[in-house]
Amino acid sequence: MEEKILTKDFGLKNLFKIKVYLQQGGYKAVKKALEQMRPAEILDEVKKANLRGRGGAGFPAGVKWGFVPQKTDKPKYLCVNADEGEPGTFKDRYIMSHNPHLLLEGVIIASFAVGIHSAFIYIRGEYEAVADRLEEAIAEAKADGFLGKNILEIGFDLEVVVHRGAGAYICGEETALLESLEGKSGHPRLKPPFPASIGLFQCPTVINNVETLANVPAIILNGADWFVKKGLPKDGGTRIFGVSGMVKNPGIYELPIGTNLRKIIFEAAGGMKDGKTLKAVIPGGMSAPILKADEIDLAMDFDSLVEAGSMLGSAAVIVIDQETPILEVLKAVSKFYSHESCGQCTPCRIGISWINKIVRRIASGQGEKDDVDAIICLAENIKGKTLCPLGDAAALPILSICRKFRQELEGQLSR
Amino acid sequence: MSPEYSELLRQRIAEVIARYPKKEAALLPVLHLVQRETGSISPEEEKFIAGILDLKPIKVREVVTFYTMILRQPLGKYHVQVCSNLSCTLLGAGTIIDYLKEKLGIEIGQTTPDKKFSLSTVECLGACEQAPCLMVNFDYYGNLDKERIDRILASLT
Ligand SMILES: Cc1cc2nc3c(=O)[nH]c(=O)nc-3n(C[C@H](O)[C@H](O)[C@H](O)COP(=O)(O)O)c2cc1C
Ligand code: FES
Repeated sequence: MEEKILTKDFGLKNLFKIKVYLQQGGYKAVKKALEQMRPAEILDEVKKANLRGRGGAGFPAGVKWGFVPQKTDKPKYLCVNADEGEPGTFKDRYIMSHNPHLLLEGVIIASFAVGIHSAFIYIRGEYEAVADRLEEAIAEAKADGFLGKNILEIGFDLEVVVHRGAGAYICGEETALLESLEGKSGHPRLKPPFPASIGLFQCPTVINNVETLANVPAIILNGADWFVKKGLPKDGGTRIFGVSGMVKNPGIYELPIGTNLRKIIFEAAGGMKDGKTLKAVIPGGMSAPILKADEIDLAMDFDSLVEAGSMLGSAAVIVIDQETPILEVLKAVSKFYSHESCGQCTPCRIGISWINKIVRRIASGQGEKDDVDAIICLAENIKGKTLCPLGDAAALPILSICRKFRQELEGQLSR
Repeated sequence: MSPEYSELLRQRIAEVIARYPKKEAALLPVLHLVQRETGSISPEEEKFIAGILDLKPIKVREVVTFYTMILRQPLGKYHVQVCSNLSCTLLGAGTIIDYLKEKLGIEIGQTTPDKKFSLSTVECLGACEQAPCLMVNFDYYGNLDKERIDRILASLT
């Protein structure tokens, strides 16, 4: 059985061109959804498919769409989260550059289902070439009558605008993304109210990750049951695992949800680079707590990873070898989050940069006896005490590194 | 005293503003457009943009200082931005950074005296499968080693 949904045609030359995409059966899902289905039917199908958000939190997409009020006198918006700032993650870049029309199909169907006429794709500023490609794809889709006014002549309008970010990880957090899109600094909002009721420009808003939306066309074409069978009953479909670090073949691997982590590393990605042995794995982007080499016999789905004390997050698998001192990993993690804290909440702003200073002190050979405990204490006091999940995203991996590799870290303390 | 901005820039700004239900939302795209023409966003540019978008200049300043890709001072012709996040570090970003410092004769955050190169470290560029990697202005280069860096630098004239 063909396992892939999103990447199966990636080998085709110029798949990003609408002509090639149409030859592959492209825009059939849009036609089916808009011409043969009612919005409520689409919503039901996506709910039944148990399509969980691919951006990190794993919230069921259909349920999220259902939260948007049907009747409202305000406009509704769709924001596509293409910020892809989670370290280790590069899957959305592949989707958008190889298969931009697949994403657009997802955008059109989601918008039709929820009654949205204006969508924004918020893409990280560094992905300039990808953003250009998206804009070309939008222009092609418009010329062929899949976007713009009176799509497929059924009286449905939709405009899609590509919005470039400018280098701030926090803008991947959905409410910071909304602030940023409104022309402000990316300071997350307090929830509730949730974006589904009060989002962009104070209007009802759906925010979904690129990969989440790119799965929608296949659900419409093949049905929810088919999609669920591709993955797990409560977690349908595939994931694009982005494997990087000390493996032979770093890259993207689209595999069924629930694929064993060991298999992803040692089969799909070809195993460790020659002469290297496995020390640890970060299984879901930098925010995910670390796993030791003997903890990787795990099904890669949202629930299994939570059970294992980590998270599936963006499904970015970072592979660390024995020769890399764990302090290097801790340094990269604390440096990243101290740089990216938006500064709004004191525990996050002060706490993480304090941790970062201690880590740098240890790295310079000046570590003190209680430093590991000090880091743990600080991280414990960030956890759960910030307005957005960035605080936890920093505290949890730091705690896991300190606890699982305590001995090695303490071996680096000179005083 | 107000700097000259090209007609094309003004036109493109007007186009961008028209895409948003509120003018203010065009701030980031407008900053990108202006920076592309001027190289950085000085207080002059802040005032210019504030005028166009009906914002207070301080509001523009606030946004300019929040986003790392918006520059307050012009950099060299080529801005070399090396990823120093985890996957790149695992595969030798440290060596790459040291080599670039040595070759360009500058430290991180500096610009060569001929204003040709500026060197920065950045967080994950979303290209970890090509680690170690860097960006020169908007172009990505991956799977770096010393020879590849030599070739990249030589190609930038
Ligand atoms: C600090 C932080 C950064 C995030 N970065 C991203 C990101 O780059 N891309 C993304 O899709 N989601 C990101 N998220 C998750 C979003 O807040 C949100 O849950 C997601 O876009 C919802 O889409 P989904 O349900 O389709 O996954 C981030 C969350 C946090 C707390
Ligand atoms: S860690 Fe360098 S590109 Fe992701």
